[in-house]
Amino acid sequence: MWKLADRATNGTSTPAAGIALDRRRLLAAAGAGAGALAVGRLGALAQATPAATAASGSITVYSGRSEDLVAPVLAMFTEATGIAVEARYGNTAEMAAAILEEGKNSPADVYYAQDAGALGAIEAAGLFASLPAETLDIVDPRFRSANGKWVGVTGRARVLVYNTDELTEADMPATVQELTGDAWSGKVGWAPTNGSFQAFVTAMRVTDGEDATREWLQGMIDNGTIVFEGNGDIVRAVAAGEIATGLVNNYYIYEIAAEEGTELPVANHFFEGGNIGSLVNVSGLGILKTSANSEGALALANYLLGEDAQTYFAENTFEYPMLAGVPTAPGLPALAELDSPDIDLSNLADLEGTLTLLAEVGLV
Amino acid sequence: MPNPPIGQPGSTGTGASAHFRRRSARSMPIELLAPSLLVAALVVLPLIYLVYRAAQADEGVLRLVFRRRTLDLVIDTALLAGAVSITAALIAVPLAWLTLRADLPGRRIFAAVSILPLVIPSYVGAIAYVAALGPRGDLQRWLQRWLGLESIPSIYGFFGAWLILSLFTYPYVYLNVSATLAGLDPSIEDAARGLGRGALPTFFTITLPMLRPSILAGMLLSALYTVSDFGVVTLLRYDSLTRAIYVQYRASFDRSYAAALSLVLIVFALSLLVAEMKLRGSARQARLGSGVARKPRKLNLGWWRYPALGYVLVVLGLSLVLPIAVLSDWLVRAWRRGDDFGQLRSATWNTLMLGGLGALLATALALPVAVLAVRYRSRFSLAIERLTYVGYGLPGLAIGLAFVFIGANYLPRFYQTVPLLLVAYLVRFIPQAVGAIRSSLLQIDPKLEDASRGLGESSRGTLRRVTVPLAFPGIGAGALLIFLTVVKELPMTLLLRPTGMETLSTEVWTASNTSAFGRAAAPAMLLILVSVVPAIVLLNRSQTERQTSVAE
Repeated sequence: MWKLADRATNGTSTPAAGIALDRRRLLAAAGAGAGALAVGRLGALAQATPAATAASGSITVYSGRSEDLVAPVLAMFTEATGIAVEARYGNTAEMAAAILEEGKNSPADVYYAQDAGALGAIEAAGLFASLPAETLDIVDPRFRSANGKWVGVTGRARVLVYNTDELTEADMPATVQELTGDAWSGKVGWAPTNGSFQAFVTAMRVTDGEDATREWLQGMIDNGTIVFEGNGDIVRAVAAGEIATGLVNNYYIYEIAAEEGTELPVANHFFEGGNIGSLVNVSGLGILKTSANSEGALALANYLLGEDAQTYFAENTFEYPMLAGVPTAPGLPALAELDSPDIDLSNLADLEGTLTLLAEVGLV
Repeated sequence: MPNPPIGQPGSTGTGASAHFRRRSARSMPIELLAPSLLVAALVVLPLIYLVYRAAQADEGVLRLVFRRRTLDLVIDTALLAGAVSITAALIAVPLAWLTLRADLPGRRIFAAVSILPLVIPSYVGAIAYVAALGPRGDLQRWLQRWLGLESIPSIYGFFGAWLILSLFTYPYVYLNVSATLAGLDPSIEDAARGLGRGALPTFFTITLPMLRPSILAGMLLSALYTVSDFGVVTLLRYDSLTRAIYVQYRASFDRSYAAALSLVLIVFALSLLVAEMKLRGSARQARLGSGVARKPRKLNLGWWRYPALGYVLVVLGLSLVLPIAVLSDWLVRAWRRGDDFGQLRSATWNTLMLGGLGALLATALALPVAVLAVRYRSRFSLAIERLTYVGYGLPGLAIGLAFVFIGANYLPRFYQTVPLLLVAYLVRFIPQAVGAIRSSLLQIDPKLEDASRGLGESSRGTLRRVTVPLAFPGIGAGALLIFLTVVKELPMTLLLRPTGMETLSTEVWTASNTSAFGRAAAPAMLLILVSVVPAIVLLNRSQTERQTSVAE
């Protein structure tokens, strides 16, 4: 599509250079330019129908993960396989809602989500195709759909990040429930619209029940917990000493340190005794039943679980690889060593219920 | 956004109105009627669908709609809109008076520059302010280095949203007030001065009451902008209706609540629009007796010119210099870091393409609506014209949401394609073109068209060979105005664009969401550059018009 753009860019310099022209000529130039664009563009529009994209060997990915993280690895995939990828980026729930809204009309071939809960919701709506055993078997059964509808691509743990100038590991609470106490009043940040946070709330509803979760959320709100847009903002705020701690995923401190190019005064705290606050979740993907190019979609799934992509994730996003034998980033405790809660990720599908609960307490 | 000096219904061509042909709806030519009906249907479509969608909501969602939070959101939105419009008036009225009625040094330049903040999309302004005044922002770093201050009051929430929206919407009041002030008969003020009243009392007892309708109309435009705005409140985390709709849309599987909240938002915005139109009617009457060909004498400010100059510089510094300086700083830093700006080529192209096509489509369809309303005046044709004005009161986010629903469920072929996005632009922005073309048509003497028909040309040929060429200034202005607004547009583009298609506005938005201000700076500057040329052409045009109308 952008080849067309290159060809026609020359035409646009006319109106820009025309400041000195009188108005009538300027308008005429603009009109003629727009007309030429229109003709060229309509040709491109005809190609944009779903059938045409499938024939030309491209797939459409709805990504609940951010462009920063995903675009490079998708480019690697296109390089390796020749299959072009059109990616639509949004947050995980937004993309799941789009797929549910679109139903059988969805232009998406692959849904790539930030957490297992949203994948479970699409599975529950019956919109995912079954994945072949060869693909599923790459991944530990803990980190894939019990019915073979989606697989994890990377693992991540929930942690409480803290500022090491203000606090030491000894000050940190044993459970996430303790954060409603006076000691933590106004000191904690969270991101209620974030997919990973919502998956954690779903997990808490599964293990502790609806009422206990509502009570905890309300307790956190009453305790002056500070709302952020995303996990990255929380970690930056903790590093700057704006707040003492925040509920985030394990990899953000590495990402932001790499971005800023300096050592930051932050550390991850893992809750103890399999507390739900240290849930290990996955980012993962499923292939839509309605995909017009399921072969291409499957090629993407296999590529993301291959050595190149898994190494990319381990080294660049500091997440846990799903492919055995790919080393985790230095400084990260091994996945097996984590004292994570025992929970079936397929049970996190009720994101809807979590969102209703979050709406009830006024967080979304 | 509405642009008063061009879009005023029926503000010019008073002499010709007696000659209007009154024809029945039956004699309207089909090539005018059909596109006009299409426009009317397209404008009504999103409204109907949102009602339908919200009505589908099950018990649970209805409970959500009538919960306390909806009321809170309405109150918070109203508070912000009220505060912003009052502040915009407090900024704009002294500015207009100083640049038009006093001997302020450099007043001509200031008069032209005072409107320019309109070229900066408010979300771009918001990004610049967050980068400068936010936590770990430029100001905070500077204060820490020189004064050791660890933290500054947060810009997030009401304060930031209020400050930024006031700074970027005051031009709506300024445009209205300066247009009225330029057309006001100065002899009334002179008489008051001559009778011994001082400059300030004259301003408050004579000038201000005469300006009141246009100040209020400008304030309502500023309030309407605030209520419809989505970028600023989202970036500054102020819980207004648009932000709540966006959060709901992004975070919920059941989008019925987002649809219901959109209806609440539309009702809010439309009532502001109706109030503004009523006021504009009375503002026009107040101006009826203003035909005196005398240049107002500039008030000698004396020593006061220095604080006055300071005031003007502060306003322009905050609304124009600061955002551009902050963006330039970030741009230079990104450049030094060796950021790749290659992706911006296609984004720039897409922005120009959408602006061009949007302008073309909306102007092409606005022409029949305006011709029907002016040349085939009937209750029916006026109703269609009025209906197109509804777009002013439909916030982009609500229209975008409605077309996402319609596209995903009923029009999969057009879902996430440029044509559907263009239709959304059309619904939102067509009133600007209708207004511009209408005022141009009103200036054409119908006798010219009669002569053409009398010499044997058909109605269709007359339209093509006489009416359209004569109305070309209005058509061109309408097209430029739409180009300008489409280029800046954010929420509809964000929701409806084809997968993988980036525009300058979506690039700015994506970068700002990950707090990557360095990456937002380049597309933001390009966006301003793309808008500057059409804006200057338009402003020159409305200024020459204003001057000629004063001279006549």
